[in-house]
Amino acid sequence: MTEHTVKSYGEELNHLTAEVARMGGLAEAQVSDAVECIARRDAPLAQQVVSRDERLDVLQAEIERKAFKLIALRQPMAVDLRHAVAALKISMSLERCGDMAKNIGKRALILTDAEPMTALTRSIERMGKLVQGRLKDVLDAYSASDLERAIGVWSRDEEVDEHYNAIFRELLTYMMGDPRTINACAHLLFVAKNLERIGDHATNIAEIIHFEITGEEIVSKRPKLDTPR
Amino acid sequence: MNLNPFALPLVQGHAMTTASPDDAVSAPAIQTASPQVYPPASTNEIKIRAKDVNVFYGDKQALFDVNIDIPGKSVTAFIGPSGCGKSTFLRCINRMNDTIPTAKVTGSIEIDGSDVNAKSVDPVILRSRVGMVFQKPNPFPKTIFENVAYGPRIHGLATGKAELEAIVESSLKKAGLWNEVADRLHQPGTGLSGGQQQRLVIARAIAVGPEVILMDEPCSALDPIATARIEELIDELRNQFCIVIVTHSMAQAARVSQKTAFFHLGKLVESGSTEDMFTNPRDTRTQDYITGRFG
Amino acid sequence: MTDAAQPAVGSVRAPLTAQQVAMEARLKKRHRAETWFKAQGLAAIIVAMVFLVVLVGRIVGQGYSTFETHTLSVPVYLNPERIDTSDLEGVNYDYIVAEAMMKKLGVVDDDLGLVSGKVMDLTSRDLGFQLLNMLKADKSLIGKTITVTGPFKADADLYFKGEIKRSTPQEDRKLDDQQLNWLDQLKNDGSVKSGFNFAFFTHSDSTEPEQAGVLGAVVGSAMMLLITALIAVPMGVMAAVYLEEFAPKNRWTDVIEVNINNLAAVPSIVYGLLGLALFINWLHVPRSSPLVGGLVLALMALPTVIIATRSALKAVPPSIREAALGVGASKTQTVFHHVLPLAMPGVMTGAILSLAHALGETAPLLMIGMVSFVPGVPEGFTGAATVLPVQVFIWENASERAFHERTAAAIIVLLVFMIVMNAAAVILRRRFERRW
Repeated sequence: MTEHTVKSYGEELNHLTAEVARMGGLAEAQVSDAVECIARRDAPLAQQVVSRDERLDVLQAEIERKAFKLIALRQPMAVDLRHAVAALKISMSLERCGDMAKNIGKRALILTDAEPMTALTRSIERMGKLVQGRLKDVLDAYSASDLERAIGVWSRDEEVDEHYNAIFRELLTYMMGDPRTINACAHLLFVAKNLERIGDHATNIAEIIHFEITGEEIVSKRPKLDTPR
Repeated sequence: MNLNPFALPLVQGHAMTTASPDDAVSAPAIQTASPQVYPPASTNEIKIRAKDVNVFYGDKQALFDVNIDIPGKSVTAFIGPSGCGKSTFLRCINRMNDTIPTAKVTGSIEIDGSDVNAKSVDPVILRSRVGMVFQKPNPFPKTIFENVAYGPRIHGLATGKAELEAIVESSLKKAGLWNEVADRLHQPGTGLSGGQQQRLVIARAIAVGPEVILMDEPCSALDPIATARIEELIDELRNQFCIVIVTHSMAQAARVSQKTAFFHLGKLVESGSTEDMFTNPRDTRTQDYITGRFG
Repeated sequence: MTDAAQPAVGSVRAPLTAQQVAMEARLKKRHRAETWFKAQGLAAIIVAMVFLVVLVGRIVGQGYSTFETHTLSVPVYLNPERIDTSDLEGVNYDYIVAEAMMKKLGVVDDDLGLVSGKVMDLTSRDLGFQLLNMLKADKSLIGKTITVTGPFKADADLYFKGEIKRSTPQEDRKLDDQQLNWLDQLKNDGSVKSGFNFAFFTHSDSTEPEQAGVLGAVVGSAMMLLITALIAVPMGVMAAVYLEEFAPKNRWTDVIEVNINNLAAVPSIVYGLLGLALFINWLHVPRSSPLVGGLVLALMALPTVIIATRSALKAVPPSIREAALGVGASKTQTVFHHVLPLAMPGVMTGAILSLAHALGETAPLLMIGMVSFVPGVPEGFTGAATVLPVQVFIWENASERAFHERTAAAIIVLLVFMIVMNAAAVILRRRFERRW
């Protein structure tokens, strides 16, 4: 696409993209670190994850303010309008991802006091890596305006759900086997749920990217498998 | 910890984390330089200061007690409905109202501290420091070269033909017109398109080396593409000149200016940074006008 | 989703309602009125053209014969007995020429000299003058026979042109039958040539119609116009510039404007009276000179020039003035560098038209005495002169028939002069207008 005649306008749009990408990077790092401290039972790391969430909130407010200003002052049309709105929505999703990661971090702090449950934490770790990968993919798709990649992320939503369902059953089995683990397993359940929510947000972001690029909603229903059987 | 995201150094193409650099995810390279939307506040001194300005046309009062500070090296926009006095006020700054016999101006308008209405100020010299661009492009019916060279010539700014040619070339370059007319400088200025004519007029204004450029609805006679080019030009020029633009298009004021002033029925209702004026104005009249609830 | 453009569907005409019928009737009436109006306009133009054609046709018809003249070639023996070398001026050259003529015609003079008298009636005195000049230059020609060529007298010329007819009774004619026979004889033996009447343009006024020309009048007109132009145009343009651009708009300037408009309508003879009283009686400017004529006509042309210049200045759009002021030009620079050059086409048209008008003015010039007979080209601006319209007036009052055709010819010259000036106005206007 050719550049905007008024160069500062084009720069503002690009800056918005960069800010969202930056926030995405932060969110990814949060998710990765959160999963890490569950796996390694790393309390200081968990502490950091919890306190770093504030940065994401600030960034989100900043992106919101910038998108708002862009809409007010530049009167964006067509693809530019969709871009501004997409940036707003994605930043909100990323902020929620950050909150999920913070939540995981909090629970990780609690879990460090409990007995290690290596098998379970390994499953969580696997799910976490998957979710992290999806988030990275979708954010790469955003930065590169890569529609194919975004649709790819969108259609692989079931994988996360499968992982979640598996962990759910595992945890149930554990809890039924040894009632002393119920406390820890309950926390791990919430962690898994949070990870599943993050995966959903990645799908959400993929839908937003699709709307920004094509101007249309993704028509077919999102593949969902989160009713555990 | 510094929470201002701007304070975090931006590395080209990479998102920033403070945890472990090897965990940092890579993002594809994008332009991450922050846009020059606002020049740093410290260089934004007040260029024009208006105090209690009243303008009368005979018995009819057109402006009531206007007080406003206009910063230098930025764009200030005057908006308001028709007949609200914004053009009248603009024309006070370079004393174009002198040409109207029934006009009377009271109060003071100071540019860099000296009142333009003082007896010792010669309007001719004032107008070489304060240039003006009008609504309908009005190049002189002379050649393109002559159009731009006229001002420097009558003010004695060039000591020879070569210097004059240099001034013409640099003015046309600054106005973004040089590439289009370099090979036909001696053809009539009136043969250019509307947008080109307006840029020629801007070059003509720049050629005398003003500090302030006043623009009275410069794009209202132009199509959207020509308008966009003029707006880009204004963006470029604001690093050198104090620009005051009167426009009846709020959208244009929003796009182009850093400070906006809203006039209504001869009074200055509100003025402030453009972002604030268009996202959260304090006065209901301003809000009504901007949102289209007027009338 | 947007709709792509749909192809237009052809419309079907529904049957007309009463309202539509009434509308169509009104439409027809409007068209009829329009056609009628156009026809009236066309008719008015045709009537004007007819009058123009009739007028011009009459004048041209009456005057074109002037441009043809008949010349006579006759060998003249410069009889030394008749020529007294000590007093060349006093010699009766006409008789010498008459002798040559009689010899040619084969007649002899009678005792009363009636025959020679009749012969002298046919030839112009110009032949005699030619001989005088030749002898002045070269006295050795005495005794020789030289051929001189010169015009016929007016009546003989008219006979050749068919104005004097044999059918009219002899008592009513200027030339009797014998003279007519002589003329035929001369024609038959080839002494008569007809050619373009250059003398009309190279001679000034004269009592002899065949020697009369418009040169003096043309030169007088030109000199007078020059004075008029030099006085009226700069003064008028500057006055208009001041009144339009610099003068404050108050009661005084309104009064001045009204007065100027009135002056433009004042009858021209009043200017003649003014000129008589002011220039001739008080300032003692020489009467009947191009100078005083130019002054009087300048006064007359001044209001017109001022009015034309003012409206040309008013027509310059204010955007140009604003542009010039905005760049920092002073009022004077704005007016002289921008407004006046743009107003030039209008100013020049106004100036040239008012000069063309002045060219044709007669009444005021009669008052200042330009009605006198001026036989030569005026010497300088203070010498006696006449102008074309006055020349026409003088010749119209003359009794000789030949002057009638010359009057019409002079009118043609005047009209050509005016057409040229108007054409110049149009060309200059077009040329300057292109640069706008």
